[in-house]
This record gives sequence, C-alpha cells and structure tokens, in this order.
Amino acid sequence: MTFGTWFALFVALVVAAEAVRALRHRGLRQERWRRFFRHRTTTWGLGILTFLVIMALAAPLIAPFEPNRQLDILHLTNHPPSWTFLLGTDYLSRDVWSRAVYGARVSLGIGALGALVAVSLGTLVGAAAGYYQRWIDAVLMRGVDVGLALPRIFILLMAVALWDGLPFAALVITNRLTSWFGTSRRVRAEVHSLRQRDFVVAAHALGAGTGRVIFRHVLPNAAAPIIVSAALGVGNVLLLEAALSFLGIGIKPPDASWGNMIADGASSIYTAPWSTLFPGLAISLVVMSLNAVADGVRDALDPRGEPS
Amino acid sequence: MTSPSVLLRVRDLKTYFVTEQGKGTARAVDDVSFDLYPGETLGIVGESGCGKTVTSLSILRLVPEPPGHVLPGSLIEFEGRNLLALSAPELRAVRGNQIAMIFQEPMTSLNPVFTVGDQIAEAAIIHQRLSRKAARARAIEMLRLVGIPDPDERVDHYPHQLSGGMRQRVMIAMALVCHPKVLIADEPTTALDVTIQAQILELLDRLQHELGMAVLLITHDLGVVAGHADRVVVMYAGRVVETAPTDALFERPTHPYTEGLLAAVPRIDAPRARLHAIPGQVPAATAWPPGCRFHPRCPYAWEKCVAQEPPLLETGTPGHTARCWLVTEPERRR
Repeated sequence: MTFGTWFALFVALVVAAEAVRALRHRGLRQERWRRFFRHRTTTWGLGILTFLVIMALAAPLIAPFEPNRQLDILHLTNHPPSWTFLLGTDYLSRDVWSRAVYGARVSLGIGALGALVAVSLGTLVGAAAGYYQRWIDAVLMRGVDVGLALPRIFILLMAVALWDGLPFAALVITNRLTSWFGTSRRVRAEVHSLRQRDFVVAAHALGAGTGRVIFRHVLPNAAAPIIVSAALGVGNVLLLEAALSFLGIGIKPPDASWGNMIADGASSIYTAPWSTLFPGLAISLVVMSLNAVADGVRDALDPRGEPS
Repeated sequence: MTSPSVLLRVRDLKTYFVTEQGKGTARAVDDVSFDLYPGETLGIVGESGCGKTVTSLSILRLVPEPPGHVLPGSLIEFEGRNLLALSAPELRAVRGNQIAMIFQEPMTSLNPVFTVGDQIAEAAIIHQRLSRKAARARAIEMLRLVGIPDPDERVDHYPHQLSGGMRQRVMIAMALVCHPKVLIADEPTTALDVTIQAQILELLDRLQHELGMAVLLITHDLGVVAGHADRVVVMYAGRVVETAPTDALFERPTHPYTEGLLAAVPRIDAPRARLHAIPGQVPAATAWPPGCRFHPRCPYAWEKCVAQEPPLLETGTPGHTARCWLVTEPERRR
C-alpha cells in the first residue's frame, strides 16, 4: 500500500459515511425516509454498500497493485497480510486486496444485474398470475412448476456447452432467467389475497385502470416478499458465481471476482486462509448489508409497522 | 312512473353467483328494478344477504367475475347509456367521475400504504388529469369540505393514524373529488359509533345539498332511512318487495316483511316490550322458496303465497308498490 492508495481508501470511507449522513439528515424531515432510517442497522448497511460501490468505481485509485500481476512468484506467494499487502497475497503472488477491490466491480455488477432481472420477471409473472387468475394463472403457474423442477446448474452447463465463450453477463442472465420461479410464487400468493381486498375494489370504483390498480394498489402492499426476494437474490447470484468459478465456467481467469478468488484460494486454505477468507467476508458483508437495507425499504413502504 | 329525467334506471337486474364445485347458482340479485332521480336520496333496505350490496356493486360492474356475473337482459342505464354494455375504458370514465361509491368498512377500504392525500387526489389525477400539486391542493380542499380539522396536516397522514369516523370522511372525500352525479353509499355508517354515524349522515346530507348529487343509500337500518331518504326500496331474497316514498312506507307498511322490519326497530316513544324479531332467517340464495319468497317467515301466508309469486302491486298511494297478495286481499291481514 502506498500513501496514495491509503489516502484514496480514506477518502472513499469518508465520502460514503458523509453521503449516508447527509441523506439521513435530509430524509429525517420526511415521514417515509424517517421510517427507512429507523433502524441503526439500515443506516450501517447503506453505508457499507455505498462504500463498496465507491470502492468498485474508484478501483484503480484504491488498489495499490495491478490485480492480475504476479508480483514475485518465487518469494511472495501466500504472503500473510502486512502493511504492504493489506490482505496478503494469493498462491500466484497476486495482491488479495487489489483483486478484492477489482472483484467488487464484477461481483456487485452481476449481483445487481442478476437480482434485477430475476425480481422484475418474478414480480411481473406473479402479479399477472395472481391478478388475472383463471387460465392465465394456470398456464403461468404450470410453467413455474416446470421451471422449479429443472435443475438450474444443468441448464447453465448446457448453455456453456452450447455457446463456447459465452460472455459472463449472458451467463448470469441465463441463470437469473431460471431463478425467478420462487419469487413469482410468493408474489402470486400475495397478489391473490390482495386483489379482493376492499381498498382494491375501492380503487376500481374510483375508475383506476388495471395497470394502476396492480402497480399502485396491489404491489406496494406485496412489497415485503418482493424485497426479501431481491436481497436474497443478490446473495444467491454471488454464491452461484463462486460455484460456477469453482467449476471453471465463471469469470475467465485471470480476472478477479469474489467468487473465483474463493475458488482460487481453496487449494491453499490451510496455508493461506486470507486468500479465501477476505472475499468470503466481502460476500457476507454485502448480503448482510443488503438485508439490513431491505428491512429499511420494507418499513419505508409499509407505514403500519410504527413502533408503538 | 318513468320520467325522462331519470338519472339511473335499473331494470330486471339479475346478478348470479356460481357456487363452488359448480353445485348451484346463487341468485343474489334476481330481477331488481328501480329508478334514481337527480338530487334525491333513495334508500335500499333489507337484511344481510338479501342482495343490497350485490345490487350496488353491479351498478359499477364491480361484482367479482368469476364467480359472479350479471345476466344478459339486465339493464343499468345511466343518463341514457347502458353501463353493462360499456367498454372497459368507457366504464372507467364513469367510475369515480360520474358515479362514485363509498364502502362499508372504512378500516379496510383505504390503501394502508399511501397517505390519505394521495388517495383523495387519485380520482382527480385519473379523471381530470390534474398535476400532483393541484391534486394535493384539491385533496386539502376536500378534507376541509368533509369537516376534517387541520386538513393541511391530515393530508400527509396514513389511514392507520385516523379514527374510524375520520376514515369514513376520507372515503367520502375520495368519492366526491370529481363531483359525481350519483353517490352509492353502501352501509356508510354500519361500522361506526352512533354519534359518529349521525355526523357522517349529516355530512352526506349537507354535501348532497351543496353538490346536488343523487344518493343511493344502502342500509339495513330503517332509522337511517327514515331520516335521510326520500324514497325507499325494500329488498328481500334478491327481490324488491316494496317501494314507497319514505313517509308512506312508515305510515302504511304493506309488505309483511317491511312490517316486520319496522316492528324490529326499538322505539323510544313506545311502552317497553320485548323487541319483535322476524322468525327464521333469509333462505340460502341457491334455493329461494317457491312462490312468494317470504312465505316461510310470513305470519299471514296462505296457499296462494306458496303457489304463486305476486308481482309488484300498486297499493293506491302514488309511487307505493308492494309484492304481496295482501294488496288484493286486504281482509286476510289480521
């Protein structure tokens, strides 16, 4: 670590903390934001996520070394954490900290993309099935049954086998296209019970169209399962990416992602635990922060959970 | 009594529900006809399960389909247009704009996740394409109109922060945003305390005078009808059994069911006695009795009542009709 990278890291931390503080300060004037920030954990989660995103965006400034450079294959393999190598080096003498910083770009990117695809698809299908019922419901839900019955990893291996050199983003999307079934089930159940509620009938009586009723009156009341699905979905994508990397069909080496860092370090987990520990911690941190933020979003959308 | 100025004409309305397992058809509303004139209050009275609410839902085509459906041949004519034949966008332009509705349960009829201001503004945004800002101003104005104190503050409150009476006022504000010509009030006070009930009904009366709308007041409470309706339609078992101007109905109830309902109302000016109750219950809508549907519970019933259902017969008073053979054979009333 050089002075420049320490400084950049410090700046990133301050910016993240300051951004969240400012948002909180401004938000406290509004009922909805006040509910969002009610739990301390939500604020922390938001801060951590903000910091990770800044880190990913400013990776070249914060990472002291080229992430893929083998610094000294003879003397610096599996070097334990030190002031020079903040998180140590891996079995190819690459700096784990630098790789983790660059890996954040890949991991956060595919996490967000994947969860977005899965949740929006699941929500749309679930809402359509739950709202329209009858044959639309029957067709969609039987489709979901089929989807749930297919082993996902199989589909992915098939996709990899069929398209040589499939870009990883495409792989993630393929994966997510097959993982919205659970979400759609949950959303459908929720919508199904909401659609005959009095306030939905009242919305119809006011002259609201179907789209307005679904998106304004039904789905916001079904927010809890959707948000939980989204938060869990990001974690799932990150773990799946790790699993795929382990099988050698994830991010192509030598590029770093948290998943393939874990896979790379697995062989030397006894001699150099830091090369798996830190990317693993990063994944856990993201998933935990997301869950905390998801709690906040849920509270913001649902005014009923006021502390009594 | 058809006049060209009829605002809402309901003719031969039949709304049936297919019961589960397809075992039978519940004839919830069976051949109901009535007229609503501009500016008047028409009360629809009856016990639970006699088809009042389904009638009101049918008017705006809010009956859940399936299992319910309005039978072809029914007519619901609003200003000369059959609502049952409108396309979905045409129907939406009527709902909330020309004909609005308030519901029985103020606790569950408001969307819990939006502020009351947002909900009141919604109809204005839908029908009048108001900007958010203008709609908010309109919502505050409406809250003031329905007598909610501190409307500037209340506009940002959520339904759970309001009392039942306040919520019902909010519901009324929502319904009246676009100054509808017809307001359907389905048991607007049933879920409220008696004092609040009186306030809400007074509010409805006042707004009706100010805005000049017609009100279809659906209730099981004859006391409410007595004080607030111009004419009354009494429903029993999916049918209209008696229609009359309110005064005539209370002076000379003709159908034994109406008599029973009146006798069941506790009176403050009568000697204390056991309250009268109509024996039995409303039969199941899947199996109405043959002949007059009230005959199993009727103290006067004779063979003719079982054999043949009476039509709505003129009683002699203008605008007063009853579906009862007693009109033709008054000597049987003891």
